[in-house]
Amino acid sequence: MVKFSDHTMQEVERIVARYPQGKQKSALIPVLHIAQKEFGGWLSTETMDYVASVLNLKPIEVYEVATFYSMFNLKPVGKYMFEICQTGPCMLRGSDEIIRYIGDKLGIKPGETTVDGLFTLKTVECLGACGYAPMMQQGKFYKEHLTIDKVEAIIAECRAGKAVID
Amino acid sequence: MGRKLLLEKAHVENIRLYEVYRREGGYRSVEKALKSMSPDQVTEEVKKSGLRGRGGAGFPTGMKWSFLAKPEGVPRYLVVNADESEPGTFKDRYLMEFIPHLLIEGMITSSYALGSNRSYIYIRGEYAWIVDILEQAIAEAKNNGWLGKNILGTGFDLEIYVQRGAGAYICGEETALLESLEGKRGNPRIKPPFPAVKGLWDCPTVVNNVETIAAVVPIVNEGGDEYAKIGVGKSTGTKLISACGNISKPGVYEIDMTISVEEFIYSDEYCGGIANGKKLKACIPGGSSVPILPANLLLKTAKGETRYMNYESLADGGFATGSMMGSGGFIVMDDSQCVVKHTYTLARFYRHESCGQCSPCREGTGWMEKILWKLETGKGQLSDIDLLWDIQRKIEGNTICPLGDAAAWPVAAAIRHFRDEFEWHVTNPEDAVRRNYGIGRYADPIAVPVTA
Ligand SMILES: Cc1cc2nc3c(=O)[nH]c(=O)nc-3n(C[C@H](O)[C@H](O)[C@H](O)COP(=O)(O)O)c2cc1C
Ligand code: SF4
Ligand code: FES
Repeated sequence: MVKFSDHTMQEVERIVARYPQGKQKSALIPVLHIAQKEFGGWLSTETMDYVASVLNLKPIEVYEVATFYSMFNLKPVGKYMFEICQTGPCMLRGSDEIIRYIGDKLGIKPGETTVDGLFTLKTVECLGACGYAPMMQQGKFYKEHLTIDKVEAIIAECRAGKAVID
Repeated sequence: MGRKLLLEKAHVENIRLYEVYRREGGYRSVEKALKSMSPDQVTEEVKKSGLRGRGGAGFPTGMKWSFLAKPEGVPRYLVVNADESEPGTFKDRYLMEFIPHLLIEGMITSSYALGSNRSYIYIRGEYAWIVDILEQAIAEAKNNGWLGKNILGTGFDLEIYVQRGAGAYICGEETALLESLEGKRGNPRIKPPFPAVKGLWDCPTVVNNVETIAAVVPIVNEGGDEYAKIGVGKSTGTKLISACGNISKPGVYEIDMTISVEEFIYSDEYCGGIANGKKLKACIPGGSSVPILPANLLLKTAKGETRYMNYESLADGGFATGSMMGSGGFIVMDDSQCVVKHTYTLARFYRHESCGQCSPCREGTGWMEKILWKLETGKGQLSDIDLLWDIQRKIEGNTICPLGDAAAWPVAAAIRHFRDEFEWHVTNPEDAVRRNYGIGRYADPIAVPVTA
């Protein structure tokens, strides 16, 4: 069963307090971020129903939102997500090659997860780092000015369990 | 060197910290506004400054503020738009990352002018680490008496909160943003009513871009008239330009809007020229939604005059031969790049980001993406180019929000100016998958009609 710790519940209460009385629905997106982080990197139906109960919303209100926003994962993902930007400005600086290289190296296509559950490769649209292209998001942080060597180093770091993603 | 009003102090060591920011003159605008000006006087200075919204549409900020409804007993809100998702745009991030207190200071002064006691920063979800930077700045401001109850003993109360989105370009559109902030899908609202009357939780609301609100600080400090002296015409003050693509020095630059496009691209103070000794082929000067221009029309207007980095000059010639300042996302393409492919990536972007409420946008963006992919991979026909033109025409102006137009314009401009390159993809399908079209005649001087 999914359940927030007391510590996390306090965090949720702090978030709800940012809005006027009765407007706790506004806390939905921030709380879904927390839930996704705490419950395995994705939002199961059970997790979404739980968030609905915490915020006193109907489950459908949560599903509607969770399915709209691209940062919410509705399927399990690998421990490390490589989210590589493929939009125009990054393409001009070689993002296609980076995506191809990572795919070949890990043996997966965009949208897939390695069988060991370590890596998910995802292509994303402009992340607001166009001047530092090519780039990707890994957890909370951006990795910019990517080269094949840099990508190699990032993969090695993850395999060694040393990547900072949070 | 032009004047810098926003980023002048961005590289002072530890400027992210309150003590350093304050020592460098920070929070003076709050003192001045709260202690010696009425809210309306602050709005008046913003009007005089000629400041235009820096989020893309360029609407005069002072005028927007004066539209805010003020019914008795109803809260009003200031919401800062930090969704920044327009391809090519990364200036707000730079400002928040390097000099976060400037935004907080601008928000306090602006909230005072608008009568907002609870103001929000809506930031795109991917900028997760910037949330920490902003929350730290807010906490420092609060500890030092700039936020909370009875600020500076003036009776003005204010709290600022950061709200994270979760990946949706459409939430940059102000009514979609408000929906998202209310915990819903980011579906734009039908206007009217405008947010100034019915915004967040149905209360009067002003939504402004990060850079717009930051600019309120120098405006209040120096006065609207002084601010208006910088720049030219209706392009007053300074503008942040985020430059990317095939230039030597991608990055964020603060310009006063008197420099030429040529200077901006080639001078070492800014982009430092085209990277790797290549040639300039094309440029989207104001973020992915504005028309792309070939090199020749970018550097000079159709009349053969120098083109400048300001609202009027970039738009000179309308959509036939001009473009727009937009969000200041400056995307440069060199002679080895393919306009068809770049346009394809943008069509894919808009298809991905369409909220799906209006059929012309939802369906049309998907069709455009598919047809552009066919053309790009040498599988298209000449009639596909006309079909694309037709689809974009049917989207434009027929949707609830301007995302439809934003998806249509880049395709229209690419066909308008680069039809040769589109046709080459059809007539030379084998070449189209192996190499790019090259620079063609896109940098050739344009024949200027001689007027007697
Ligand atoms: C599809 C779409 C996306 C937008 N994205 C942004 C954005 O990321 N940031 C922004 O400030 N304005 C964005 N805007 C413009 C906003 O709707 C709004 O005009 C702006 O925030 C007003 O602030 P300003 O007057 O200070 O520019 C977008 C508009 C549309 C139609
Ligand atoms: S134009 Fe597109 S993004 Fe805007 S409301 Fe319609 S479907 Fe949604
Ligand atoms: S296009 Fe990749 S970060 Fe903007």
